[in-house]
Amino acid sequence: MRAIGIVLAGGNSKRMRELSRKRAIAAMPIAGSFRSVDFALSNMSNSHIQSVAVLTQYNSRSLNEHLSSSKWWDFGRKQGGMYVFTPTITAEHSDWYRGTADALYQNLDFLKRSHEPYVVLASGDGIYKLDYNKVLEYHIEKKADITVVCKDMPADVDVTRFGMVKTNADGRITEFEEKPMVNDSTTISCGIYVIRRRQLIELIERCANEDRYDFVQDILVRYKNLKRIYAYKLDTYWSNIASVEAYYQTNMDFLKPEVRSYFFKEYPDIYSKIDDLPPAKYNPGAVVKNSLVSSGCILNGSVENSVLFKKVYIGNNCVIKNSIIMNDVYIGDNTVIENCIVESRDTIRANTTYIGQPDDVKIVIEKNERYTL
Amino acid sequence: MVRKEMIAMLLAGGQGSRLGVLTQKVAKPAVSFGGKYRIIDFPLSNCINSGVDTVGVLTQYQPLRLNTHIGIGIPWDLDRNVGGVTVLPPYERSKGSDWYTGTANAIYQNLEYMESYNPEYVLILSGDHIYKMDYEVMLEYHKANNADVTIAAMPVPMEEASRFGILITDDANRITEFEEKPANPRSNLASMGIYIFSWKVLKEALIKLKDEPGCDFGKHIIPYCHNDGRRIFAYEYNGYWKDVGTLGSYWEANMELIDIIPEFNLYEEYWKIYTKSEKIPPQFISAEAKVGKSIIGEGTEIYGEVTNSVIGSGVVIEKGAVVRDSIIMQDSVIEADAVVDKAIVAEDVRIGAGARLGVGEYAPSKYDPKVYQFDLVTVGEHSVIPAGVEIGKNTAVSGVTEASDYPDGKLESGGYIVKAGGNV
Repeated sequence: MRAIGIVLAGGNSKRMRELSRKRAIAAMPIAGSFRSVDFALSNMSNSHIQSVAVLTQYNSRSLNEHLSSSKWWDFGRKQGGMYVFTPTITAEHSDWYRGTADALYQNLDFLKRSHEPYVVLASGDGIYKLDYNKVLEYHIEKKADITVVCKDMPADVDVTRFGMVKTNADGRITEFEEKPMVNDSTTISCGIYVIRRRQLIELIERCANEDRYDFVQDILVRYKNLKRIYAYKLDTYWSNIASVEAYYQTNMDFLKPEVRSYFFKEYPDIYSKIDDLPPAKYNPGAVVKNSLVSSGCILNGSVENSVLFKKVYIGNNCVIKNSIIMNDVYIGDNTVIENCIVESRDTIRANTTYIGQPDDVKIVIEKNERYTL
Repeated sequence: MVRKEMIAMLLAGGQGSRLGVLTQKVAKPAVSFGGKYRIIDFPLSNCINSGVDTVGVLTQYQPLRLNTHIGIGIPWDLDRNVGGVTVLPPYERSKGSDWYTGTANAIYQNLEYMESYNPEYVLILSGDHIYKMDYEVMLEYHKANNADVTIAAMPVPMEEASRFGILITDDANRITEFEEKPANPRSNLASMGIYIFSWKVLKEALIKLKDEPGCDFGKHIIPYCHNDGRRIFAYEYNGYWKDVGTLGSYWEANMELIDIIPEFNLYEEYWKIYTKSEKIPPQFISAEAKVGKSIIGEGTEIYGEVTNSVIGSGVVIEKGAVVRDSIIMQDSVIEADAVVDKAIVAEDVRIGAGARLGVGEYAPSKYDPKVYQFDLVTVGEHSVIPAGVEIGKNTAVSGVTEASDYPDGKLESGGYIVKAGGNV
């Protein structure tokens, strides 16, 4: 492809509550076997982008661990590759990434040394499949300066945590408001952009000279009348997981046959780091209904309408309902968990109960000692 | 100069004819095992876990699946700058070219490969055993005994000893005599077909016996070394080890994995078994499904009932279908209301709606009673079984079968339908 990829994966959100205590949003586990960033990376790989930079900052250890090798996404190549850029101290500056535009500025060398004419910028917290070539074709056809991938949301969805856009008949963005107080449009930005590489370098350098740091506010919003910014409408599944409610809902979406078939069965695949865990094991006493179960799990109790991530142990007589149990959780016997998100590596004692509400999911963080055979 | 202390040579060229239609198109080491793995994953994982990072895999019979599985060895961390995994098929020479005619002959034909690593020891493995073993400990033992050859051996029940190659040892575990499948065994120490040779001893023996027809380790090389007065020791192994060479033992070994605490435990953190994971997504168990005492692989979807079974990855078990005491390998589909009892269903098989497998009374196999004798229904890969048919016990089906292949909609116990081709 004629583009390089950049994944913006440095962010945190208060809306993630306790879930982002130990990890970046892009490292959030999704759908049993994946991490959020796998979707952007797999899309890039499947779009034949060969050179990809992942910009990380907040709790970057979690992400770096997942990105320990580029081979899972097929980026381990002599031509191109995957680079993980965390903030670093140089002769010129010693700042953290002060915003998305600043993060790009601090890695301007990567942009300058590439030779591909275009850049695909994507956030690490979107769950979707997209061939970026289609966006690039649209971008060229519209003679756009920047193309923003957008999505029309259903009218009942609160869009105030997104960037809201309005377009003219041609698809050109006429209004762009970040996290609007009042939402008078249902079209939102998915945080995926295509832009000519030289154009991006120029905009980022100008931004830096003006002490501006944010890609959305200081480039998209500020230049919306000056530059030709177009909206590419995405009409397939897309979800942003950057709030507890959205994270819960997105995982639960994978219990729907159409969502599962779209991501798990239809070409192309989403890739992830391979863990080499044994198949899931159902012992006598296990009763599982309408749930996703990942490899390495051992089940002795009942599980309903839930998503079990890798290597979860469910004790005898447990009742797990409408919950998300993240990686490597041990749940002792006779425990009841309903409408909860159980944090990874938790050890839940026997005979305990955790009940959340359908519209107010409880986050369970329990670091008890674990005794295993 | 490159110098590896010990390299491994993994014999993976055999057909495994006693696995019947399962190995019609794949070599035995490439047959699926345990819902996720292939048999060769066990010796390969043992190698890397033991610190043996140079492995030659000798292939001959139907190597395609094996080659694509092994690739450059990434899943086992055997993609190395120096060493790693190398697939070694038979090859043509300027003068005469031979197939591998026996286990030792295959190794002999790859002297050059071994020579290039300057090893001190060579580990000979076979690609059809399920076990976890630390070859480094065995090597320590070999060194401590100042041995020329060390043979891994395990005690078997005395009444079964006549099925094995039996080792008779002195007090220091030095082997004094061999008995191949003795009628009246004098010991119960059975050879596991795992050998460590000091390189010079192996090389000398291979060259000496190069013209032996069908040159074999058990039949020729070991007796030769013994008669030559070499120090041959037995290394006693007491862990789980299973030769999955017959349909019965293959089925049994799979079923042992679903015990509450299996004797062969894949869930331990220590000594991981690696494989090429073809699927990543989790499995889905639907609201109407019933799953009891089973293990299930990635990406599988269960809408029916599964008990006492080993289900591979990417399998679909449709609504109303029942699978009991069976092994279903990857990407197979069991259509609605089909009933599968005590069957081994290979990869990418489609079992039609309402078909019933494993019904009726026992009858000896008309196809090959030595192979098909465990009451099992065995279905070869890429096969299709039409909707509504009934298939008895001790049967074999391979290929795309149609309703017309089943007189009265039935395949009686002991019967078989083996068609050429299949929808590959």
